[in-house]
Order: sequence, then C-alpha cells, then structure tokens
Amino acid sequence: MIMKDMILDKIKKVPPSGIRKYFDLINEMTDVISLGVGEPDFITPWNIREAGIYSLETGHTQYSSNAGFIELREEISKYLANKFDLVYNPEDEILVTVGGSEGIDAALRALVGPGDEVIIPEPSFVAYKGCTAFTGATPVTIELKQEDDFKLTAKQLEEAITEKTKVVIIPFPNNPTGAIMGRDDLYELVQVLKNKDIVVLSDEIYCELTYEGKHTSIASFPEMKDRTLVINGFSKSFAMTGWRLGYACGHKDLINEMKKIHQYAIMCAPTTAQDAAIEALRNSEEDVTMMSKEYNRRRRVAIDGFRKAGFSCYEPKGAFYVFPCIKKTGLSSEDFCEKLLIEQKVLVVPGTAFGECGEGYVRACYASSMENIIEAMKRIKEFADKY
Amino acid sequence: MEEILEILEHNSKATADEIAVMLGLPVEEVEAAIKQYEADKVIVGYSTLINWDKTQKEKVTALIEVKVTPQRGLGFDKIADRIYKYPEVTACYLMSGGFDLTVIIEGRTMKEVALFVSEKLAPLESVLSTATHFVLKKFKDKGTIFEEKVVDRREQIFL
Repeated sequence: MIMKDMILDKIKKVPPSGIRKYFDLINEMTDVISLGVGEPDFITPWNIREAGIYSLETGHTQYSSNAGFIELREEISKYLANKFDLVYNPEDEILVTVGGSEGIDAALRALVGPGDEVIIPEPSFVAYKGCTAFTGATPVTIELKQEDDFKLTAKQLEEAITEKTKVVIIPFPNNPTGAIMGRDDLYELVQVLKNKDIVVLSDEIYCELTYEGKHTSIASFPEMKDRTLVINGFSKSFAMTGWRLGYACGHKDLINEMKKIHQYAIMCAPTTAQDAAIEALRNSEEDVTMMSKEYNRRRRVAIDGFRKAGFSCYEPKGAFYVFPCIKKTGLSSEDFCEKLLIEQKVLVVPGTAFGECGEGYVRACYASSMENIIEAMKRIKEFADKY
Repeated sequence: MEEILEILEHNSKATADEIAVMLGLPVEEVEAAIKQYEADKVIVGYSTLINWDKTQKEKVTALIEVKVTPQRGLGFDKIADRIYKYPEVTACYLMSGGFDLTVIIEGRTMKEVALFVSEKLAPLESVLSTATHFVLKKFKDKGTIFEEKVVDRREQIFL
C-alpha cells in the first residue's frame, strides 16, 4: 500500500503553511525579533490563570455538557449583549468550541459540500480556504484593496455571489490587514445579503482590539441575526491562546447541527479552560482594556516605523497587525521577508501567505514588547535604506 | 493626557518624541503637557528602580509601625513632617487601623536603622511606640517583579 495514494486529493491539494522555511531559518539564528507569530505576547491575566488552577485543585476534571457549561454560556450571552448588542439564548444558540477555529470548521462542515461556493475576502486568515476545501466546496475569493482601506465593498460582494453561493465569510477586524468594518460599511453589505439564502460566517475573534470606535457585529442588524453565525473566542481578547477556547453563536437549528459535529469529533471543550473563561468574562474587563491600550500604542509606533522607512502603510484600525506595502523595494514579498530575516534578523510574514493578492505586502504583528518593536523598526529602516 | 503619565510611570526614560508617536499626538503637545505636570508637581520626580541585592552595596530596609499622639488643630501632619524630613525615611504614610504612621527606612546596616529608631524616632515627644520590621527580601517593588525572567515562550505557529 502506498499511503500517499490512500489520502484524498482534496486534502493533499491544500498547501501546507508557506512560511515553514522562515521558522526553520529562525531556529538556527539568535537575536531574532519575531513579528511573525499572530498571538498576544501578554500572558493570561493572573486571576484567570488562578481560576484554572482552582478548577484543577478542586478536582473539576470531568467532561462538561457537549455545548459547554451552561454557566459559561450564560456569561457569554451577557457579555455579547452588553458589549455588542447581540442577543443569544444560552440554552440553544451558543456552542462552546475548541478555539474559534473549531467553530469555523464545524460551521463549514454543517453548511457546505461539493458544488457549493464559499465567498472568502482575501487577504485573510488561512483556515477559511483550507476548511472550505476540506468539505469539497469551492472557495471564491474577493481581493480586498488598500485603496478601499481593505474593506469588503457591497459591489465586490454582489459581483461574487452566484446561485451556488451558500456562505460568505466576513472576517473583521481582519488578520492580516488590521482593517475593520464600521456600522455604515456593514449596512451596505446587509442590503446585498438580507434577502438571499446565504449564511454569513462573521469571525469576530479580534473584536476587543478595535482602536477606532466600537466593534460592530453584522449580526446586530435585526435582519441579519438569524442568517449570521458569529465566531468568537478568548484567545485574542483575553490572551488565552493556549487554552483553546472559543464559541459560535447563531440560529438554534445551525447550532444544533454543529453541536452534533462537535459532539462526535471533540465531545466538549476542556473543562479547566471553561472554568477559567467564566472568570475571564466576569472579572477581566480592566485587563482587556489595559492590553488593548498597550496594543494601540504599539500599533502607532509600528505604523510610524514603516512610514518613516518609506513604506506606504495603511493605518490598521483593529487586530494586532500592520500590513505595509513593500513594492517600492522591488522585491517580492517572500524575498523581502527572507532578506529582512537574514540581514536584519527581523521576522515578518509575506502577504502571499494570506492569499495571492497579498503579493507586495508583508504582515508584521505588533504583539511584542515596545522595546522589541522600536528596535525592529530601526532595523527595518536600515534595511529599507539599502533598497 | 493621563496616558502620558501612565507611560512615564512605567518608563521614565520614554522621550516626548516616543510618547507622541505612541499616543498619536503632536510632540509639542506632549512636551507642553509634561512641563505642566512637572510645574504642577503631578510629576514629582523621576527615579530608577534598583535591585540593590545584586550589587555589593550593603542596604537594609525596615518598615516601622509608629503610634503617635495627634496634635490639636494639626492632626498628624506636624509629627509626620518631623519624621519624614529625615533623609533615612524613604516613605511615610498615615494609616487606618492599629497604628498611625508607616515609616519606611533605608539604612546601610541593621544597626544603623536600630540607632535611628532608638535615638531619633522613639524619643520624639508625640511618638508613643514603635515596632520595627526588617525586610528580608524584596520580591516585587513598584509593580516590578525583581527576579522575573521574561521569556517569550510562543512557538513558531502559523496563523
């Protein structure tokens, strides 16, 4: 038996991460400042960690119900109502998942298959395209443009919709561009979507990291609530990446089917993480604000750094990434990243890792200490002066 | 503008230029604000947090609980003033609870601190009693953990 032949083509066709080679390089180097990894540099606030320890200490080591502890779902429900005017019944409209990613995967598996199309704005998080391909459905990408502030426009959306379109992914605040969609921007999309049989998958994992105005969820439009699945989680807002905890909220019929997938594939999200998350939602507002404030300062330093180095840099309004245009160096995104790493020991990620349209851009994650960012910007300027 | 103070509280070396970028403000505005804070004594001084345990210099810190008799019309202010003027006193707080003043003293040796208490502090007329506690080890001071090793434990993961 040749194992390779046993594996489905649709799985093999999905390319592995394009930046493995940088990670291999980085392992052989010292003094590298990595602006590559997309996760908070903050450690989970102590009260949340302590709640996790207490959970273990008191022997809370059993499964939870499949959908997650009702206590946690109630807290999620309150949090979404208070912060984003989203109303979900904790009984049957919320599913606690293993990170936001599991929610994306379960939703796509529940909704699409061969012959269906999933609209994915790019550049964006790599999992959308991969998870779509795993289901056998076809990803249809829309190129987000710097001149539109990397927002998804109603016109672009309208043009991409076909009879086969079943799901539209709306990933804002966006990884990697840092773009956000305000209420007015979303209103335009709502006009396109409100009478169509299309489910919106709104990935709002970076919702707490919005630096201009307040995050708006497309599900907060009454006509969109039942046709939208909100994906969210604790990783970015509460610096809880390693705890692997997220949630999906939406129509109870969709949640119910996703729950089946979750039940058979996962059983339930980790109990310790769920206990910690209850504490996070109850008592961590101040930490969330502190982290967001600190990211905002670093964001300004990073934008300023790239602009002073001569790059055109869109001002990101959310998440923790800057996405400068590096075309003026004449280098491809990949060459830029490789040369920058070897010559200046700074790691950024080529825009092409987030879709072909990311060519000419790189992603720098400013979830790193202020000293690191200041030093990295100095090195990037030196690099830019040479090209 | 309070964010300027927040930044300086954690890093008094941050320059007006750097703060201006961090907050998205014109540098002149930041400079003016800092000047005003200094003039208003909102910014009282700039100091450096030093872990003396790592140096050769002998240094002991003691926390002294002091009970005093407040004076008519002046409360605790006058007696506190007499105490905190000594250069050995690095901090002096009026307290609620079982005693009145917390006085923090730094000296070269325990003997030096003991002498200060017995010869200067205790004999003061309004001082009723003192209880001296020596600091054995400083784990955290002014929000900074002394022995903390900052290690970036994030793995190379792609997302």
